[in-house]
Amino acid sequence: MTLFPVEIRLKLRHSPAITPFDRKRDSAVRDPNMSQHRHLAFRLPALVLAALLSSAAFAETVFHRGADGDPASLDPHATSTVTESDILLDLLEGLVTYDAKGNVVPGVAERWTVSPDGLTYVFTLRDNARWSNGEPVKASDFVYSFRRLLNPATGAKYAAMLYTLKNGEKVNKGQAPVDQLGARATGERTLELNLEYAAPYFIAQLAHQTGLPVYPPAVEKHGKDFTRPENWVSNGAFVLQSFQPNDKLVAVRNEAFRDAPNTKIDRLIYYPLEDRSAALRRFQAGEIHYYNDVPADQMKFIRETLKDSFRSAPYLGTYYFTVNTTRAPLTDARIRQALSMVLDREFLAEQIWGGTMIPAYSFIPPGIGNYGAPAEMADKDLSPIEREDKAKALLKAAGYGPGGKPLSIEVRYNTSENHKNTSVALADMWKPLNVQVRLVNSDIKSHYAILRESRDYDIARAGWIADYSDPQNFLFLGQSDNKGLNYAGYSNPEFDELMRKAATTQDLKARADVLKEAETILVRDVPYIPLMFYISKNLVSPKLGGFEDNVLNRHLSRFIAIRP
Amino acid sequence: MLAFLLRRTAAMVPTLLVIITLAFFLIRLAPGGPFDLDRPLDSATMANLKRVYGLDRSLPEQYLSYLRALVGGDFGPSLVIRDFSVGEIFARGLPVSIRIGGLALLLALIAGLGLGIAAALRRNRAVDYLVMTVATLGLSVPTFVTAPLFQLFFGLSLAWLPVGGWNDGAWRNTVLPVLTLALPQVAVIARLTRAAMIETLRAHHIRTLRAQGLGTATIVRHALRGALLPVLSYLGPAAAHLLTGSLVVETIFGLPGIGRYFIEGALSRDYTLVMGTVVVIALFVLIFNILVDLAYALLDPRVRHG
Repeated sequence: MTLFPVEIRLKLRHSPAITPFDRKRDSAVRDPNMSQHRHLAFRLPALVLAALLSSAAFAETVFHRGADGDPASLDPHATSTVTESDILLDLLEGLVTYDAKGNVVPGVAERWTVSPDGLTYVFTLRDNARWSNGEPVKASDFVYSFRRLLNPATGAKYAAMLYTLKNGEKVNKGQAPVDQLGARATGERTLELNLEYAAPYFIAQLAHQTGLPVYPPAVEKHGKDFTRPENWVSNGAFVLQSFQPNDKLVAVRNEAFRDAPNTKIDRLIYYPLEDRSAALRRFQAGEIHYYNDVPADQMKFIRETLKDSFRSAPYLGTYYFTVNTTRAPLTDARIRQALSMVLDREFLAEQIWGGTMIPAYSFIPPGIGNYGAPAEMADKDLSPIEREDKAKALLKAAGYGPGGKPLSIEVRYNTSENHKNTSVALADMWKPLNVQVRLVNSDIKSHYAILRESRDYDIARAGWIADYSDPQNFLFLGQSDNKGLNYAGYSNPEFDELMRKAATTQDLKARADVLKEAETILVRDVPYIPLMFYISKNLVSPKLGGFEDNVLNRHLSRFIAIRP
Repeated sequence: MLAFLLRRTAAMVPTLLVIITLAFFLIRLAPGGPFDLDRPLDSATMANLKRVYGLDRSLPEQYLSYLRALVGGDFGPSLVIRDFSVGEIFARGLPVSIRIGGLALLLALIAGLGLGIAAALRRNRAVDYLVMTVATLGLSVPTFVTAPLFQLFFGLSLAWLPVGGWNDGAWRNTVLPVLTLALPQVAVIARLTRAAMIETLRAHHIRTLRAQGLGTATIVRHALRGALLPVLSYLGPAAAHLLTGSLVVETIFGLPGIGRYFIEGALSRDYTLVMGTVVVIALFVLIFNILVDLAYALLDPRVRHG
């Protein structure tokens, strides 16, 4: 008897990186609208028939919305990604929410008051805020939700977001019972939140998905299965109807939503599309109305063919390289300044990143809330030659540079073609300064583990996307007590003091000035070398109305309309 | 025959156990864990999460409890796709993969056998060269190239078929993925069939049939029995591979199959998902190997009586 050896074929297949199809072939490239026109002639009789059969009352407006992946969970307390936040903001509404322009505006809360010391917030909830089953949204629902977020048993990834609440950190670390949390319902529609420390960005934080409420009876009854469509209760503009991973998530309009008459869409379908190129083709074919990314290697083609359907706008994110300020000789600020000064950021943004980034001369991106123009680096306007001379002089003073000792540094990046190209470009730009670069690469999980745990690096790639629109959300990366995120190991008492002062300054204008002073120090000391700011890259069908570009790239479906 | 079947099924158990054990410990060797993000988690939060999923226990303990649950048919909760258990993920995804893969397999068999036989019968003639050229192309162009080409041509230029999406399994949405998956298999099966067919056509019993003046149809029927053997041994692993889905095809066409979970699970360190995928794929491979051996016995009397 022939017995075949057991053969296990678990082979790693190629990643679906697509070699772009010959872009010159016009036939392959069409305006998404054209397919409609071309086939109208054939479809006309059918269309007429369909129109006769279905009365206008049944015509349903469907928004086919592409997303760059599936939500890992629909439990707002278990989520962490932008994709999840987009979906959840369509299903649930927090005390505050975003308008079409991405501004934080009242949501379930109609209004609120802040005590003079900035430690007590009292929210008044709208009387027409309802869950999709008709029950009113009560202040106690928020108390329940915040306690659940911070309860260690929940295991919420983003619990630290609301450490701002009184005893938030202690509760999450099991050092205080959950009922010690600074959240109290003082009436059915009055919610009092007490803070651990004054935080002028608290309202912006509440707009984050961690601030969304869950429906307590559903969680009590179904446990973690409250996210199932059959158990789902919404207080947002849409109600979950079905969810099939890697296929689609369907939500229908929530008639009980407080602003339901203004929801223009009847059915909202999210498609998880991980392959950017495939998503682009589906957009071109008119199968999806919207997608929030583009394949970076096809930027030229996209700009030329899609024209106005491609919408890019500044985004609250900074692409930077962190410098290990605890390791000699990078402890010397002059060296860090020289390294930052000579970099050609326009080249990086245009040539390496194909115009999908914009050059950064400050650490905080422009357009952020509660701030003015960011503090830019002093040498921004010098010519490249002047900057190179200045950098050489700085290095010389530190004992390095041409003619001096060669400066030997290790540059780390996480695996990605673009990060690699950027690192190579940095090495090349530093060459005239007699800097020798060794490139080291690792996968993203190992990369960040090294940055925050062993801190065994000289210079390394990093990036930061704002959780909420406030300069504090960038500058806190430089605070010496920010153990997890201060990759540079930067410690400057003057900077720390300014941050403390800003936290207790109630007047927003005065606070902005203090923060700007802090940013000036950060940009001067260069623990981080800001290179570029991210931009949002949206594919928006001409059929979509109500879509507004904004710095948070927030686009709640309730503001979107579909033109026929 | 029954004894054979029982013996082979029993032999699956230790094989599976070895595979599960290896996979369980190997995946834990990779640095990082399922809850590591680009942004660090607070150590208290991390501890909370690990406790929720029982990852704070010792590795042997976790291994034993995993095995215990598995015997009861429980693959455990997914660590990354948190709203679903691994069992549910397969219950939803496997039918999709099986449908796409099964259709591709069927298409590959019909087209591959047909083309292979045609080429063998007209060896070194135009038909043969054409078939072999197509087969070489089908083999050498990877699916991550053919899939986008099909999308551009049939989806965008001609607008005959949807570019992607599952659309609850509408036939229009299955055409392109099935074609993409089947193409390389058609190529392999056609080449195997052709070679085996040429070999068999030279055999003594076929020459005898010819000498008796029998028609082509009869000769092909007799020759095919012998020619099918190499195709069959290829088919076992190939079927297991096709039916458990393809990362490339499912990602590009946006299909809710299970093909992507092995790689995705490994990259996101979703231990339970990776383990589930390993078990499912291993089961398919083992079962198809038994099926192939059974088919061998049916086709070849020497195996049956050997």
